[in-house]
Order: sequence, then structure tokens, then C-alpha cells
Amino acid sequence: MQMNREALTRAYRQMKLIREFEERLHEEIQTGEIAGFTHLYCGQEAVAVGVCEHLSERDKIVSTHRGHGHCLAKGCDVTGMMKEIWGSQEGLCNGKGGSMHIADLEKGMLGANGIVGAGSPIGVGAGLALKIDGPDGDGKLGVAITFSGDGACNQGTTFEAMNLAVVTKAPVIFVFENNHYSEHTGNSYAVGTANDIASRAEAFGMKVWRADGTDFFAVHDCMREVLDYVRTPGNGPAAVEFDTERFFGHFEGDPQRYRGPGEIDRLRATRDCISKFRDSVTQAGLLPDADLDAIDTETLDVIETAVKASRAAPRPTAANVLENVYITY
Amino acid sequence: MAKLMYRDAIRNTIFQEMQRDARVCVLGEDVVGGMGTAGGPEAIGGIWSTSTGLYDAFGADRVIDTPISESAIVGAAAGLALAGKRPVAEIMFADFIGVCMDQLWNQIAKFRYMFGGKSICPAVIRMPCGAGYNAAAQHSQVIHQFVTNMPGLKVVMPSTPEDACGLLRQAIRDDDPVIFLEHKFLYGMSGEVSDDPDFCIPFGHARLARAGLDATIVAAGMMVGYAEAAADELAKDGIGCDVIDLRTTSPLDEETILDSVEVTGRLIVVDEAPPRCSLATDIAALVASKAFASLKAPIEMVTAPHTPVPFARELESAYLPSPAKVAAAVRQTLSYR
Repeated sequence: MQMNREALTRAYRQMKLIREFEERLHEEIQTGEIAGFTHLYCGQEAVAVGVCEHLSERDKIVSTHRGHGHCLAKGCDVTGMMKEIWGSQEGLCNGKGGSMHIADLEKGMLGANGIVGAGSPIGVGAGLALKIDGPDGDGKLGVAITFSGDGACNQGTTFEAMNLAVVTKAPVIFVFENNHYSEHTGNSYAVGTANDIASRAEAFGMKVWRADGTDFFAVHDCMREVLDYVRTPGNGPAAVEFDTERFFGHFEGDPQRYRGPGEIDRLRATRDCISKFRDSVTQAGLLPDADLDAIDTETLDVIETAVKASRAAPRPTAANVLENVYITY
Repeated sequence: MAKLMYRDAIRNTIFQEMQRDARVCVLGEDVVGGMGTAGGPEAIGGIWSTSTGLYDAFGADRVIDTPISESAIVGAAAGLALAGKRPVAEIMFADFIGVCMDQLWNQIAKFRYMFGGKSICPAVIRMPCGAGYNAAAQHSQVIHQFVTNMPGLKVVMPSTPEDACGLLRQAIRDDDPVIFLEHKFLYGMSGEVSDDPDFCIPFGHARLARAGLDATIVAAGMMVGYAEAAADELAKDGIGCDVIDLRTTSPLDEETILDSVEVTGRLIVVDEAPPRCSLATDIAALVASKAFASLKAPIEMVTAPHTPVPFARELESAYLPSPAKVAAAVRQTLSYR
């Protein structure tokens, strides 16, 4: 289905926002100012945006340790997220969560997660809640989406979650982002079904789709079909495997000695979802270069503002350690 | 008031809360029982009879019979709670905590804190626990000692039908995750239970089950009955004991324990768990650090030994604390000069 100018512009803006957010973090982390572990989403933007552009606030998502892209795509506040990663008291989680635990329940974002595979059953629970709520006036259900990678597809929790979703007919979509690496191990070694994750989901008894995760339009078109299916009461869950690429290491600081010669340059040259989107819309005459350039500039400004605000934001104090628990001893 | 068994107090409370609040839902293995069989739904109604009739009354969307998938059960409870429901999940035996530990420990216990206080997670995880049925090492354990150590979880150990009702209703209405530890050996216990549909027992308030001036016995769950039996026996010899039923091990009612020890000067802690890093050692440390000057004798701890739970009747009886062991410990503290 053809997207209108507004939808195309928005999709590009969202992908670009994730890209620049992550590229900036990659630079900032090297200065030592940001604490902890950070896992960047660069290269996978078309998946988060191609999925989340179809969702409303009623729909829920559950994310992973590589969660910034999902959070931004679901509408989490850019500056609030940046402040959280900086560990500020004004961060989205008051500096208590950090990069791996960003959540915004009001936006339907039920949390990034530091435990690989832990999000899948949580997503099924959210789907069961939406099943209890029942269809809206349009006869369609809200859906819960769990994002997982090729690493999480080997966790028992993912298997349990897929079976539970099938037997309860929960409106859940298991989105598998196959970026070919589980941490520092190739999927040709770690995924026993010959790099094919969707066939596993299919074996659990659900309908599956596959698409090129570096092609925004392939993701977006595929998800329209998947969502139409899962939103229909009685159909139950579905799974989608997106073939995508991770441009940075598993975590920031990863020496990436497992990469082949010139691998990252080749991926950036041939498998960049944002370049591909841009080429496609400009060559088809859908959006002019000038409009996209303007979005690029605006995005850099948004990120610059967020970074400046995070640097200046108030830090938590020792007293804040004891807040947000029901009791301390 | 109505006379009810512990298991029926639990089932009735869940039923009433599901009637009262459409957000309350139930999930677990065989909570309906008989799904996909010739016998059909409700052929079992939960192996502990704590969910009988719920499926017929509330339907499959709210009474979710799950496969044997403990991680998925607790994880789904987490997702239901984050999405605005009030799930009451059952892990058929507390021993199965090992299979779902991540969802309990890294997920539901941490959401509220990790998300900066901007989320609640009103999930109740019911876990039938404890020895007494000769069910051997993997179906007889208590687990309060692990979960009490986890910030973010509330831990409840009802010792009577009345407490099972009032504490479970409080748990379902509570905004924090609650680990609700039902002792399997108490399911058949009868007692008077309030029929007030809003009867709740607030957490962190211990119950004084017996009153006396000579020694303080602290216990929880099934150990409360043992402590009461010991106190009744000792009373015949003119020895008076305070028996403190903790009701919740987190939050812990420190004040009631300390106040009692300040009067009696003698403490006996009874714990069904093995001895190291346990509820017994925790209460002993509390009293030693905050009521040291009141103590007239060394603290006595009556616990299971540091072994797995054995199978044979003679071995399991020897493993468990007993009223006689508790009474002996009280006499031991009283003999100290």
C-alpha cells in the first residue's frame, strides 16, 4: 500500500532520530562520561520504525538490552531517554534504570530488558491483558509485541512464551530481529535451524512471516498483514523474522574481533536501511532531497539539545537510593 | 464469621476479588484442570482445590490454564500486571521457583524501582510450600528465605484460614508484587474466617498468637502451630511464652519482636528452612543488634538441618522442627544462668 507524504516523512524522521541518537552515544561513551553498559541499535532502525508506525498507545511493546530504537519508535521522550542514559535524576526512570531498563508505561513501552529472552513471556502477559480487554469498536484487538534477537531465540523463556501464546490465542507478535550475532557468536553456529528463526515459531503452531529488515517498506508492508491477522479476535499470535544488521559491537567497547575484513564498511554501504529508504523515495520522486536534508539537520539539533540538557541535568543523590521501594531496612 | 478450611478461604477470597474487580485474573498449571481431556474443563479445578469453580464463573480469558511453563507463568503475570491487570498466578509447588527465578527476581521484583517508581506491578504469585507429605527433596521445600532477601517483593506466610483470607485479599489489592506462601500441610486446617468482603490484614503487622512473660517464640507459616503447641505444653509447667506469628517476612514487624524480647529477655526462633542465611538467623541478628541489653540467655534457633528434605516418614519427621524441639529450646534458654 502506498504511504502518503506525511507518513513517509514521519518514518524517515523516526529512523533518522534513532540513528543519530545512537551515533552520538557512540561518540559520547568514548569520553567516559556515560556509565555502564550500552548496546546500540544502529542498522536495525527500519524494524523498530516499520513495526511501531502501525501501533497506537493501546498496543504494548516489550524490548531488549538493545532497546533505544524500540523506545524512540514507540514515542518515548528523546531528552528523557538521553537523561536516563546519562544517569540523571530527571531521566525517564530517575537514573535508576539506565540504558538497559528504559520504560514508559503510558506510551505502552513496558521496558527494555537486561536479560536476554526475558521479555517474551512478559509480552504474552500483556497480550493476555489485551485479550481480556477485548476488541475495540472496530472489532480489532490491541496487540503486544515482543522484540527478540537471534540470541533470545535460543532461550527457554522464548519457547515457553511462544507455546503459551499459541494455546491461549493471545494477540502477541514475536518480532525476531536476526542481526546474525548473539553477542559475539555467529548465528550459523548458535541457531541450530540453519539461521532460520521463523521456522521455530512455525513449529510452535503460529503463522509466520519473513522480510528484509533493512528495507523499511518490506517491514512496513509485512507488519500491516501481520497486525491485521493478530488484531482479529480468535487468531492468536504470529511471528516475524527480519533479516537485519548490527553496525556496532554487541556493547560499546566491544573490540569486534569476530568481524570479517571490511565487513562493517560493506554493511554500511549495502545494507543501510536509511540510505535505502532515501534512495527509494527520492528516485521515485516521492520526497525531495531538500526535505530529507532538512530532517537531517533538525534531527541533529534535537540530539544536540538532548545531550546539552543531559549534561546540565541534576544528578541523583544518595537519598534517592532508598526511594521507590515499599520498605528499606 | 464462617468456619472454613485454609484452602477454601483462599479459593473464596480469589472468587470474591474476581467478582469485585474485573482486573483480577488467575493463571497457572491446572488451575482449571482437565483442559483438552475427555473430562473437560474443571475436571480437576486446581490440584490444591484453590481455584475450583473459577473457570465456570469467570471464563477462559480471566482463568488462564497454562502449560507446564513456570517462567512463562510468572512472566505472563508480570506482563498482565504492567498492562493494568491484577494477576494471581499459581506455581504448583514452591520448589519450582528455580525454573522461574529470573522472572521473579530480575523482572517483577525490580520494575517499580528500575523504572524510577513510574510503574506498579500488582502481581500475586501463590506458591504452595513446605514439608509434611513425604514428597521428598523437590516437592517439600520452603523458599521464604530466598524471596525475603529480594528487595521489591512482599512475602506473606499465612498460618491460619483467617490469615489466609485477610492476607490474600490484601495481596490482591496491593500495588506491589506479593509472594504468597501457602503451607501445603495447612490446606486442611479449619478455622473461623471473617465474612466481611473487605476484610484485609495489613502487611508488616505480626500477630501475638500466645502471650507470656518468660520467653519469646517467633515463627511463621506452619511453624506457628508448632510454637503454639509448645507454648501450651510449657504453660502446664507454669512457663509463659509470647508466640509471635510474623505473617509477613517482608515487610518485617521488628517492633513487635523487639518489644516482646525486652520483656522476656529470651528468644527462640522457629524456621522450617535450613539454618544458614535464613529467617532464623535474620531474626536472631535483629535481636542481637537491637535488643542486646535485654537478652538474658543465648538465642535459640530451631530449624531444619542443612540437608535436602528426605523422603521416608522417619527421616522427614526428624528433619522438621516439632513442638517438642521448640519446647526443648525454650527450656534450654530458661536453664541458662
